[in-house]
Amino acid sequence: MNQAVQTAAPAQKRKPKETGVPDNKQYLHPVLAKNYGNWKYHDRPRPGVLHHVSYGGDEVWSVRAGTQRQMDIYTIRKLCDIADQYAESRVRFTIRSNIEFMVTDEKKVAPLIAELEKNGFPVGGTGNSISMIAHTQGWLHCDIPGTDASGVVKALMDELYDEFKREEMPNRVHLSTSCCEINCGGQADLAIIVQHTKPPVINHDLVANVCERPTVVARCPVAAIRPAMVNGKPSLEIDESKCMCCGACYPPCPPMQINDPENSKLAIWVGGKNSNARGKPTFMKMVASGLPNNAPRWPEVAEVVKNILMVYKADARPWERLADWIDRIGWPRFFEKTGLPFTKYLIDDWSGSRANLNASAHIRF
Amino acid sequence: MAKKMHDTPNLDELEKGPWPSFVTGLKELAKEKDYMVDLLGQLETSYKTKKGYWKGGTVGVYGYGGGVIPRFTELKDENGEPIYKDAAEFHTLRIMPPPGMHYDTDTLRKFCDIWDKYGSGLIAFHGQSGDIMFQGATTENVQHAFDEFNEMGFDLGGAGPAVRTSMSCVGAARCEQSCYDEAKAHRAVLNTFLDDIHRPSLPYKFKFKFSGCPNDCMNSIQRSDMSVIGTWRDNMRTDDALGKKWFAKHGMNELVNDVVARCPTKAIQIKDIGAVRKDAHISAVALNDTQALEVDNKDCVRCMHCINVMTGALSPGNDKGATVLVGGKSHLKIGGLMGTVILPFIKLDTDEGVEKLVDFAQRTIDFFAENALEHERTGEMIERIGLANFLDAMEIDVDPAMVNSPRMNPYVRTDGWDDEVAKINAKKQAA
Repeated sequence: MNQAVQTAAPAQKRKPKETGVPDNKQYLHPVLAKNYGNWKYHDRPRPGVLHHVSYGGDEVWSVRAGTQRQMDIYTIRKLCDIADQYAESRVRFTIRSNIEFMVTDEKKVAPLIAELEKNGFPVGGTGNSISMIAHTQGWLHCDIPGTDASGVVKALMDELYDEFKREEMPNRVHLSTSCCEINCGGQADLAIIVQHTKPPVINHDLVANVCERPTVVARCPVAAIRPAMVNGKPSLEIDESKCMCCGACYPPCPPMQINDPENSKLAIWVGGKNSNARGKPTFMKMVASGLPNNAPRWPEVAEVVKNILMVYKADARPWERLADWIDRIGWPRFFEKTGLPFTKYLIDDWSGSRANLNASAHIRF
Repeated sequence: MAKKMHDTPNLDELEKGPWPSFVTGLKELAKEKDYMVDLLGQLETSYKTKKGYWKGGTVGVYGYGGGVIPRFTELKDENGEPIYKDAAEFHTLRIMPPPGMHYDTDTLRKFCDIWDKYGSGLIAFHGQSGDIMFQGATTENVQHAFDEFNEMGFDLGGAGPAVRTSMSCVGAARCEQSCYDEAKAHRAVLNTFLDDIHRPSLPYKFKFKFSGCPNDCMNSIQRSDMSVIGTWRDNMRTDDALGKKWFAKHGMNELVNDVVARCPTKAIQIKDIGAVRKDAHISAVALNDTQALEVDNKDCVRCMHCINVMTGALSPGNDKGATVLVGGKSHLKIGGLMGTVILPFIKLDTDEGVEKLVDFAQRTIDFFAENALEHERTGEMIERIGLANFLDAMEIDVDPAMVNSPRMNPYVRTDGWDDEVAKINAKKQAA
């Protein structure tokens, strides 16, 4: 088709090619492609480096570095330059937004690490380290955030930087942050999650036009929302004695503002574990709340997080994840050792909560 | 050159410290883009007021109903005009990653060039569902950017009440603990549901995740509606040379305290080599010339701990496959749920095996689509109707591997008991 015809024709909309998930074979490092499904074992020669050996005798060293996850194109191009120079132009990312460079020549490991660190990318995050924090979108892009994500993570990783680069924790430590109680950051050894403390503030002028009211009523986990006429307009009202301030009504009904600069607090949860290693996977438990949403560096949160992690580091035995450690020492000693107050709000009263009460005479004195 | 930067005293604080700073990256982009100057202005406002200023809307690409996260600013002056006009629209494209998140630099550079041309230049590797998140484009540019990503062989991910983007671990590409071809299963399943990914019409979201072993590096058990976790049925494999090497380095105290004592089912014992049982379900690895570690594979629950500690000396068996769990989800609205076992073991080493997984996924989604209430996740649906009813609909036989224990209360009507026993006996005889 020549240019003239193309211009004259009515604008054709391009149909998407529904190609789905691309094949990763085309992107694999050659030695990974060659030994696909044929690896024998691995070890870790130093923090930030994994060394894998295949049944055929091939070896590959993977160098892991931390990133800010939300990356500008200049940063990504810099990482590409490094991969082109050292790692046969291949990289991969971990679930925690670390980047990995694979090399088949052990001699390249040290210069690659030097190059990464020279450019500000910390090498670490392997084995018994505190890895990069899984995080969400926050003020940068979310439509319902109680706080920021990238900023909280940056501030905390500055504090935990040395532990990212070392492997000195009892076992691996996974952290997450979430900007509302939906907890997009997920379960982790330690999680920082927004905890609202006041019911939503309703703009009754907007509800009728913005919200599908039956949907909002149905969304409430404790049936605290009901339709009502307010100032002559159809709106919604909240039984504040029932409301537990979860914010579930806010996404389907933005005029029910749950975020509050002062009363939306941060809570700390511990003991989540996805791995089946040793005990079954566990959900994390709330151990602290009421921390201020103190941007831009959240010092009060950092203090509690570091305290818990350092007590764990000093007290846990090798291979104990945070949940394993608390299983051994018990919750009373967890609160004693960390100095955190055990308040009545930490006693579960949600569905299935009786399973969380101590139905025995097992008490550590 | 872009316009003058707004003052950002709060964000400036996040340029301090050793960890890579996203703020520094935003500022680099703002040197060239008015778009990012104003994005920084709005973000700084959020840091001051502790409020978010984005609202959703309807933005998409031609032919699809989802995959773009629309964001319009709500930060407006008294006349209703955006205060930061150049960043008034800041939509995200969710693009599905290759399994294991492997890339070549040519691909990443093309991503950068396209996103420099049509977007903000800000890319997240990756979102919590695994998407490459191209963050920040105007409504007009969304289609252009998608067209170019799509021509590269990349496709939009899921959003809203749809099958969502999936993730799989590094797996067979670089991990000795991989128990199936994660990438193959990931693609086979997800690419079956492209219509349900691109045109949201389910009761609520449905997520798949693929982990190659019970270490579950993809966190699949708590954050996917269908979690495929690699495992094996036969004996653990052993390597005496690596066993001796490990023991020489770590010694008896670590062996006892870190391996034997940490086995959750007490399946491991230390034996003199001559005393190791010869039964078919025993694995043993030499520690030195006189002692061995003996594993009773009938007692082992495949937790991975000893294999993690003594990598290579102990490894998953040869008869590999996966356990499939259904119903994992986060808090809303009945509380967090872990996935529960529905298929205790499925072989995935052949095309037929993978097809069986795809068929199970298809039937689960069909049932979910027809039976879940609006905004109800699969786990909540199963909780509401009972696991036995779900299994019945899926035509899956009950199995004690699906429960922690049999029921603890008598409140059940059991007048079908004899029929159920007769069915089970008939199946046993037919087998």
